[in-house]
Amino acid sequence: MLCQECGVRPATLHFTKIVNGEKTEFHICENCAREKGELIPGTSGGFSIHSLLSGLLDLEGSSKGKSSPEAKPQEVRCEECGMTYRQFSKLGRFGCSSCYKFFDKGLDPLFKRVHGNTSHVGKIPKRIGAQIQFKRQIDELKEQLQQVIAQEEFERAAELRDQIRKLEKEIAQE
Amino acid sequence: MPDLRFTEQALSEWMRSGGSHSEIVISTRVRIARNIQHHPFPLLATKNQADEILDVLAPVVDQNQETGYGTFHLLKLDELEELDKKVLVEKHLISPNLVNDSRSGAVLLNEDESVSIMINEEDHLRIQCLFPGFQVQEAWERATAIDDIFEETVDYAFDDRRGYLTSCPTNVGTGLRASVMMHLPALVMTQQISRILSAVNQVGLTARGIYGEGSEAAGNVFQISNQITLGQTEAEIIDNLHGVAVQIIEHESNARQRLLDDSALRITDRIMRSYGILSYAAVMELKEASQRLSDIRLGVDLGILKAPSISVLNELNVKTQPGFLQKMFGEKLSSAECDMYRAKLLRDTLGTTH
Ligand SMILES: [Zn+2]
Ligand SMILES: [Zn+2]
Repeated sequence: MLCQECGVRPATLHFTKIVNGEKTEFHICENCAREKGELIPGTSGGFSIHSLLSGLLDLEGSSKGKSSPEAKPQEVRCEECGMTYRQFSKLGRFGCSSCYKFFDKGLDPLFKRVHGNTSHVGKIPKRIGAQIQFKRQIDELKEQLQQVIAQEEFERAAELRDQIRKLEKEIAQE
Repeated sequence: MPDLRFTEQALSEWMRSGGSHSEIVISTRVRIARNIQHHPFPLLATKNQADEILDVLAPVVDQNQETGYGTFHLLKLDELEELDKKVLVEKHLISPNLVNDSRSGAVLLNEDESVSIMINEEDHLRIQCLFPGFQVQEAWERATAIDDIFEETVDYAFDDRRGYLTSCPTNVGTGLRASVMMHLPALVMTQQISRILSAVNQVGLTARGIYGEGSEAAGNVFQISNQITLGQTEAEIIDNLHGVAVQIIEHESNARQRLLDDSALRITDRIMRSYGILSYAAVMELKEASQRLSDIRLGVDLGILKAPSISVLNELNVKTQPGFLQKMFGEKLSSAECDMYRAKLLRDTLGTTH
């Protein structure tokens, strides 16, 4: 399929944007995406690679149909940098690393679309990596702790609690 | 006073040697994107916050002899002339993004310019390694080694599920973008290029023209790079790019051979005409220069031309860019004057090689 902008190069970015229930399909090459984006980078009027991404976030579409009583996704705000989900979906870029945590719910479909995957399997930084291992262990132990408490195995619970404390101490010393 | 050695020479030291498959692959580049925990990404950072990032990252390799990749020099974008910034972009040592959208943007360059570390680009840190010819594995190994040096002192923004957290969702995970710059004139001439490029797109790679601007790949040069950064290991990404590039090299070689077999006279004529025009023209637009230099490169690779050397051609590709022409012939050249001086430069260089 050829790019609908230039009609010359093959389209490499394909996506469907749903605005107020109205479906629009885009097929565009990366050159055109970049070219358009460079004119007005990151603005809502721009057709940047980032606003292309925001099409994938399907902001308006996600609020219809699902009558969740919680806050609408676009009102979710990153507590670290203050970026809202609405801003994120407009800019197509995160404000800080914590945005990943606060916007987590909306990310799987986006990553699936862009990368075909949602989880990292590559390199892990050595120093923080060790902490991640500890954290994983602690989370597991905490889960076990909940179970044994529920089963009133208090001796085992005390053991688990000590193990958790020990690991937490090690993390603090890292 | 910023160090100006990097903008005075057209050709980086690393570009001088050939590398493998240099008749088709011009260069290999690997870039990895990293950010520091608990600091807003450059998009949102205030000037002070961006300065802080610079203060943390710059000393890691600046004046650090221990990296094994030579001494690094810090260039702050604020302290550079517009023209020098332009030249750094034309040499692919920094991105246009670092020039245009950056607060407290800076670059750390090693002496042979094979490592370029951008600070406060779209991400806090972008480590870029450049190699001549086809050396994907080598470029990755160097980039990850430099990443390890930073990681010893910097707390990266990393999540066990999402990997390295980047400003743009297209870089998350490995933060790795590996690319090979390929000269594919025979595939263009035989009209196989679009079929090949769309095949490239289907395996998670992407292809585009070298300077990323304008509508066509300048001088039949295409940059093939990975599109996926999440859910594949670095080794898989590197292997995939390597494997696909090997196939493209093969297709291009076959297409060149076929051109020689079926239409040697026509192809020789085309190369000789381009040589003649570049040696005598009085006005030369960039687009035509790129196309004709591509013909000459093909002529040299096919043994139809004995000179100039590939290294001279690489140098001309950089020197014929507007920033470099202005650097050589005067800061305020109109585009008509650029065309004139470009023609002069090409005449002076190619006219004397025969
Ligand atoms: Zn297009
Ligand atoms: Zn945030």
